[in-house]
Amino acid sequence: MAVYLLKLVFRNAFRHRLRTLLTIVGLTVAVLAYGLLQTVVDAWYAGASAASAARLVTRNAISLAFSMPLSYEGRIRGVEGVTRVARSNWFGGIYQEPKNFFAQFAVSDNYIDLYPEFVLPEDQRAAYLRDRKGCLIGRQLADQFKLKVGDVLPLRGTIFPGTWEFVIRGVFDGVDSTKITRQMMFHWDYLNETLRRTAPRRADQVGIFVLGIDNPDNAAVISTQVDGLFRNSLAETLTETEQAFQLGFVAMSDQIIAAIRVVSYVVILIIMAVMANTMAMSARERTAEYATLKTLGFGPAFLALLIFGESLFICAVGGGLGMLLTSPAAAAFKGAAGGIFPVFTVSRDTLAMQLACAIAVGIAAAIVPAARAARVRIVEGLRAIA
Amino acid sequence: MSSPAALPLVEIRNLAKSYRRGDQIVPVLSDITLDIQAGDFTALMGPSGSGKTTLLNLIAGIDKPDGGTLRVGGLDITRFSEAELADWRAANVGFVFQFYNLIPVLTAFENVELPLLLAGLSRGERRERVEMTLAVVGLADRSDHYPNELSGGQQQRVAIARAVIADPTLIMADEPTGDLDRASAAEILAMLQGLNQELGKTIIMVTHDAQAARAARALIHLEKGEIIGELERPGTQ
Repeated sequence: MAVYLLKLVFRNAFRHRLRTLLTIVGLTVAVLAYGLLQTVVDAWYAGASAASAARLVTRNAISLAFSMPLSYEGRIRGVEGVTRVARSNWFGGIYQEPKNFFAQFAVSDNYIDLYPEFVLPEDQRAAYLRDRKGCLIGRQLADQFKLKVGDVLPLRGTIFPGTWEFVIRGVFDGVDSTKITRQMMFHWDYLNETLRRTAPRRADQVGIFVLGIDNPDNAAVISTQVDGLFRNSLAETLTETEQAFQLGFVAMSDQIIAAIRVVSYVVILIIMAVMANTMAMSARERTAEYATLKTLGFGPAFLALLIFGESLFICAVGGGLGMLLTSPAAAAFKGAAGGIFPVFTVSRDTLAMQLACAIAVGIAAAIVPAARAARVRIVEGLRAIA
Repeated sequence: MSSPAALPLVEIRNLAKSYRRGDQIVPVLSDITLDIQAGDFTALMGPSGSGKTTLLNLIAGIDKPDGGTLRVGGLDITRFSEAELADWRAANVGFVFQFYNLIPVLTAFENVELPLLLAGLSRGERRERVEMTLAVVGLADRSDHYPNELSGGQQQRVAIARAVIADPTLIMADEPTGDLDRASAAEILAMLQGLNQELGKTIIMVTHDAQAARAARALIHLEKGEIIGELERPGTQ
């Protein structure tokens, strides 16, 4: 019986080849679009996902646009549980032209030690520390602009005017593919010494402090203690986990992300309507056949299995193709996006959701036709053929 | 038509059926009383709207009456649930329709095999019976053909094979020659006669073709939902 049922399901699915083919194409496109949109959302959260629980970020409580005095560093270091304090200033320079945007940070020399997820050869690290104008770049950045150790990296300053020339002394890799290495860092001291000469009032100011802590469980206590040190000062601080800090950036794009999410589900809803229409048309055309099968003694469950089977089969083919195409399409999208998304990998969760959506569409599309077929009166069904 | 000594296979008493059309209730059959013996070949005749197909549907258990009793093989099928009726039909009734009602995506072999899926036979047993039945209806060489690759007469022969494959007690034929040319119709009628005379199958056939009705041994004439005449022939043509 099962073999017979599968045979019927398969042959029924391809009775109207063009209709089935178009439905499959629609499903493929919908599942693919859903996967890509979900991957865009994931990419947005990639920085936050990669954040370490053992790092805290202290910034000016008013906004990131405001800095903090360098003198805070020593006081923060004195808080119990803080193992390391590094400085970082957003540089915001332009490499050749604005569309080549990537993150640039002026950092203290111990900054890289806080990021074990970045792997830098020891000789390159030493070369970097020796060269005041040296900089480090990530592998993704090096690959994108075909940069290598020894190359000069000129940046046009926006926050810090002037042309800044750096020599690439090292290229760091991420420990795995989820780590974003599309960034550049150089000596904070170099920036600060320059500012002391050119804009003394902006010197000795720090954008954020990155804190290494001994135990992630103490993050809340340490944060409170750090912020307590500077309460009622001119530059009050806000200390939070690195993940919360990253999510703060993501929150700025909340509406966009929500819109992308909604669109991804709307795509699925649309294909669900298309699929339901296809199944309703197929079932309506076969009313007489269902009546004949009932006449022969087949029950409503058999008819329901036929319809659900056909719907799920079409969705499996369309959804499967969509899932297969998602990774290559994501790779192409990442290339075309010009590095906006340093990490653009289709996650297992996305693939699982694509599968779940395809199954949901298959089931939802078959419910009404199956119920109608099960309820059809034999006499009326047989009349349909006449 | 009915012998007083034998217990009738189909026993109908005061059967009534009506349909609802909008707000109106349209009576289709009223006060039908009828016996059909096992082994009979009965033709139901009458003009369109006389209720002959409705009567056939009621006897076949694919529709339910509004009143009266209907016993087939001693069982009051009007009391059966839908599921019980489906099982009963699968075991006891074979159907031949005017438009053959074959499943277009199944081959002749697979169409004939359909009723056997409900009989719990092994694949080998099914194959053996289908091949034999297709040979009986003269379509052994067409078993791999789809309905659209067969002529009307051939499709109706496949339908007859499907109707008899499960060895039912009753064969119900609704205008079996209505869509066929004269030669094919004659073939089908001869085949039904063969089933009746050689295999002893009880056949009830709806027709409004007098030529087709002559193949039957008994004739019941309906008009406006009532039996207006019964005729029993001693022999067949």
